[in-house]
Amino acid sequence: MRSASRSLRRILIAATVGILALPGPLAAQQPAAPAQPPAPSWAQGRPDSPAAVNLAPQVAPPLATPLDKLPVAMLKVPRNFHVEVYASGMPQARSLRIDDKGTLFVSTRTLDRIYAVVDKDGKHQVKTLLTGLRWPNGIALHNGTLYIAELNKISKIDNIEAQLDNPPKPTVIYDDLPSDEPHGWKFLAVGPDNKLYFNIGAPCNICMPPAANAQLRRINLDGSGMEVVAHGIRQVVGMDFHPVSKVLYFTENQRDWLSEDVPEDKLDRLLHVGQDNFGFPYCGGGNVPDPQFGWGHSCSEFTPPVVRLGPHSAPLGMRFYVGHMFPSEYHNAIFIARHGSWNRTTKFGGDVVVAKLNPDGTVKSVEPFMTGFLQDNKYVARPVDVELMKDGSMLVSDDWNGAVYRVSYGQQRVSLNH
Amino acid sequence: MSRAGTACATLVALVAGTLPVFAAVQPKLEPCLACHGAQGQSETANVPSLGAQNPAYVLIQLFMFREGLRIAEPMNDMAKGLSDDDLRSISGDIAALPPPKPPADDGDPSRLDRARALVEQNHCNICHRLDFSGQENVPRVADQREDYLLKALREYKSGARHGYDATMAEALQPVGDAQIVELAYYLAHLAAAR
Repeated sequence: MRSASRSLRRILIAATVGILALPGPLAAQQPAAPAQPPAPSWAQGRPDSPAAVNLAPQVAPPLATPLDKLPVAMLKVPRNFHVEVYASGMPQARSLRIDDKGTLFVSTRTLDRIYAVVDKDGKHQVKTLLTGLRWPNGIALHNGTLYIAELNKISKIDNIEAQLDNPPKPTVIYDDLPSDEPHGWKFLAVGPDNKLYFNIGAPCNICMPPAANAQLRRINLDGSGMEVVAHGIRQVVGMDFHPVSKVLYFTENQRDWLSEDVPEDKLDRLLHVGQDNFGFPYCGGGNVPDPQFGWGHSCSEFTPPVVRLGPHSAPLGMRFYVGHMFPSEYHNAIFIARHGSWNRTTKFGGDVVVAKLNPDGTVKSVEPFMTGFLQDNKYVARPVDVELMKDGSMLVSDDWNGAVYRVSYGQQRVSLNH
Repeated sequence: MSRAGTACATLVALVAGTLPVFAAVQPKLEPCLACHGAQGQSETANVPSLGAQNPAYVLIQLFMFREGLRIAEPMNDMAKGLSDDDLRSISGDIAALPPPKPPADDGDPSRLDRARALVEQNHCNICHRLDFSGQENVPRVADQREDYLLKALREYKSGARHGYDATMAEALQPVGDAQIVELAYYLAHLAAAR
């Protein structure tokens, strides 16, 4: 009886939700409703259906998975490629950068730290290099300097390799940045023009962004000379420059709660620096007019993506393959880590794909490269970033387990439990 | 240390290992229960009930206390010496405690009706689920103490409490203090409200 009446109440609640979702007189008649606040940014446009009830942002667990429990055996790569654990024990392992000496720097998204993995006689020692940072997702290396993009500032430590045991506090070079937490985490890269490139995400799921948001910027290495290089961008957590044309390519994550299947996340390229607008919030995925903001606009007004990468797939880190270990078909192709969806009943993504390009820089194909992160609609691992080692092998970070894997080609597989 | 913290520390000393109810409890859990309640239900002002709390959420909070990512005395001291395995086992043990009891007080029906509209407008019942049992990293808030709910919501709103993600700060962006008071009232009287 109690259960029956509870079911009835749920039905009534669902009905009430339906009524509240209607504009106009019906909603206004709800005597209890205070002046309706806008829905919170991440929930704007979200359906009020019970089917959506089990969807909630999934966070990386704060404790790293022990080495012997890492799901490395489940991770599949093409024939003659091999996967091994490179380093583990780094909760929320996110962005990867490796320096000339082989030291790997690993960022975190909402923790306060950056790790360093030092290669000592083939053993990879993990240490927490810096703490006390505010969401330091973006890291970049240039001429021995480590650059760090926190939530609302960019800083640097010169000559980091010589100071791994006792690094100084980073020196701030740029802080003219909003402090919004939504999409406040950054990706940082040094361009062929020796400038630092980074994103300022939209502070919401879907909204008309403030003038300082939803864009890519670049600054000189000392923080001066800021320019906005691209507009209409919801959120970017991965970018790299074409090794030949030097054109900036970047992954872009699209809005949630519009539907299971659209808009698709994208791979974009910036051909007209300072001019290109990629459509946010008017057009999603390059082909879906936004139901709220798209009126009076056409997707054809905006720069189209070079390829769509699937709904809610969350493409994050990406690198052009310029190494010499992998077969020639991978030369100058782009490896892209798709973190995987949360805003979808059947999860999508959770893999590393390879985008092969035509000579004109357009995309010829997108193929799965590293899979198995998603098992039975649950994540056993989630790829975040990719980075090339000097020998041409590729590292892949996994924030779900706090680990970094190494993918190599044609070599004897290294045993994990020696 | 706050007054609640001092009182709890005294309680810990008094009850640790002495009451039959603790006989089956892991030693590491005993200090928790002194303040948070032996049967999953807190009798201490501003201290949350932990019964049936989702282990992933508890683990995240303990981790944040230990690492200083969330500051709330005496929890930072309490979590200081805990190993990763301690965090895992304590989270599991807490999840196994019985859920807090629904309040005896049915609450003011018209006030609950108004608050329900607010809950739905702000989609609280999506991530926290319709019965507010939460899921994984999203906490159970059903039948939680009203004073603690009020404190937690206000601290998320003001930024005094850092979440593990931006979700609660975003969720409370459009919510004013008067509405926070109503949300806390609603969740604390959920048995009547749902």
